[in-house]
Amino acid sequence: MRPSPAVVQRVVVAALWTLAAMTIGVLVFIIIYILAHGLPYLSWGFLTESPESMGRKGGVFPMIVGTLMVAGLAVLIAAPIGVATAIYLTEYTREGKLTAVIRFGADCLSGIPSIIFGLFGFVFFAITLGMGLSVLSGALTLALMVLPTIIRTSEEAIRAVPYAYREVSYGVGSTRWQMVTQVVLRSALPGIGTGVVLSLGRSISETAAVMLTAGSGLQLPHSLLDSSRTLALHFYILSREGISMPNAYATASVLIIAILGLNLLAYWLMRRFVAKVR
Amino acid sequence: MKQDKVISAILLIVALSAISGLALITVFIFKEGLPVILRIGGQQFFLSSKWEPSTGHFGIFSMIVGSMVVTVGAMVIGIIFGLGLAIVLTQFSPPGLAAVIKPTIELLAGIPSVVYGFMGVVTLVPLIREHLGGPGLSVLAASVVLGIMVLPTITSISVDALQAVPRLYFEGSIALGATRWQTTYMVMLKAAKSGIVAAVILGMGRAIGETMAVIMVAGNSLKLPHSILDPVRTLTSNIALEMGYASGDHRQALFATGVTLFVIIMVLNSIALAVSRFRPQRGGVR
Repeated sequence: MRPSPAVVQRVVVAALWTLAAMTIGVLVFIIIYILAHGLPYLSWGFLTESPESMGRKGGVFPMIVGTLMVAGLAVLIAAPIGVATAIYLTEYTREGKLTAVIRFGADCLSGIPSIIFGLFGFVFFAITLGMGLSVLSGALTLALMVLPTIIRTSEEAIRAVPYAYREVSYGVGSTRWQMVTQVVLRSALPGIGTGVVLSLGRSISETAAVMLTAGSGLQLPHSLLDSSRTLALHFYILSREGISMPNAYATASVLIIAILGLNLLAYWLMRRFVAKVR
Repeated sequence: MKQDKVISAILLIVALSAISGLALITVFIFKEGLPVILRIGGQQFFLSSKWEPSTGHFGIFSMIVGSMVVTVGAMVIGIIFGLGLAIVLTQFSPPGLAAVIKPTIELLAGIPSVVYGFMGVVTLVPLIREHLGGPGLSVLAASVVLGIMVLPTITSISVDALQAVPRLYFEGSIALGATRWQTTYMVMLKAAKSGIVAAVILGMGRAIGETMAVIMVAGNSLKLPHSILDPVRTLTSNIALEMGYASGDHRQALFATGVTLFVIIMVLNSIALAVSRFRPQRGGVR
């Protein structure tokens, strides 16, 4: 006898909710596990001191600075390019061959693995353009990597701005550029911000591409052409080479807290944006 | 409106940077990697498992197999959990709960891959070693870790696809007396099929391309795996492990590994793009 559809539904829904609960359980487990092992070793000194004997002792100050420089610069480069691309796609052209080419570029770029970006950044920025393994090489590589995310989120944010806003703006006699900068961008800003913040998070998390382009120097970078080791790479080296588990956990905690903070910020911006355009 | 034309032209030039970046990447990866493949010969490079840089042997067959088995394993987990989660979120969850689960999934996507790899090493690998045997660092460990990592990609794209199904389809099916699950299974999943296929293919691309987590849990052995408990080396791990000290032919062979990976990814991306653009027109429903 076949079970009744109502029974089937009950079983399936219970199974699906179990899957969902397990997924969220994994996430919570990872966060709690890292913080439980890392927070006891986290101190003001750890954040503000330089590492000693390859990271066995001391803190991670140069890595924090390096991470902020590489990831911050990457987003600073990618954000204006990404937003300009989104403006062009939404406000300055019709869908056609050209937009198809631009979209194809962004779509393909977003699927390329980070290790390929690393290889490219190494041979193009570091060697061909002579920047060496440096903050600048790393930042340019990451900028290319997060560009598709910024284009896509900005485009969605700009498209979500009600059409009436544009008509009103034209109605009071503004040019297209005035309409875009003073009306559309202003309304879309929190939505664009969400994409920028998530890209910053992705840049901070990235390891493979940074390893091949920014190097792994332990000293504080003084210029954009200095090599620098990011937090994620430092964590990888500490744990993989078994240099110091306490310091590895503490470094991972710093990373997890940063990512949690950025995701909360992105979530808050998104809610503001949804409230604004509705 | 001269100013408007100038602005438009400047925006167009900037907008071409993504495609220019893609072109540059393609040119430079191929320029560095292709010559060595041509010199060694495709058959030697792709179909030999002998990778001994010190003696000039560069065969990546075992790594191609490694990438494939790890990815297949990851997809099993990624599809079951990722698609299950997408169905729960769009069909069965109260909106309030979905609003909590969605940012959680995004957070899962934001956690650094090195942290996933590390968690695999400290929790999963010992578990496999003690209960299933083998070295622990294995195809299985890599598949589980990668499965969790690609889950957000599969979930978010599937959610978009399911939400894009016209509301009328859902209402029509319910009105015919189908249960919600029958509606989901027989109507919603079918209507969203192209988007879900694209989600799975893009997830597959993520799994093949992941590097750091795989290095940490897959064991990186150059031998062909015979069971899921054997260690393997993937294409990505090969590049990241040896790039630090490689030079000359060895370095070019690593770029050639990159070329192989690049071609696989571009083929997968193109399939995903083609599939998601394919939306059959259904007459009558507006």
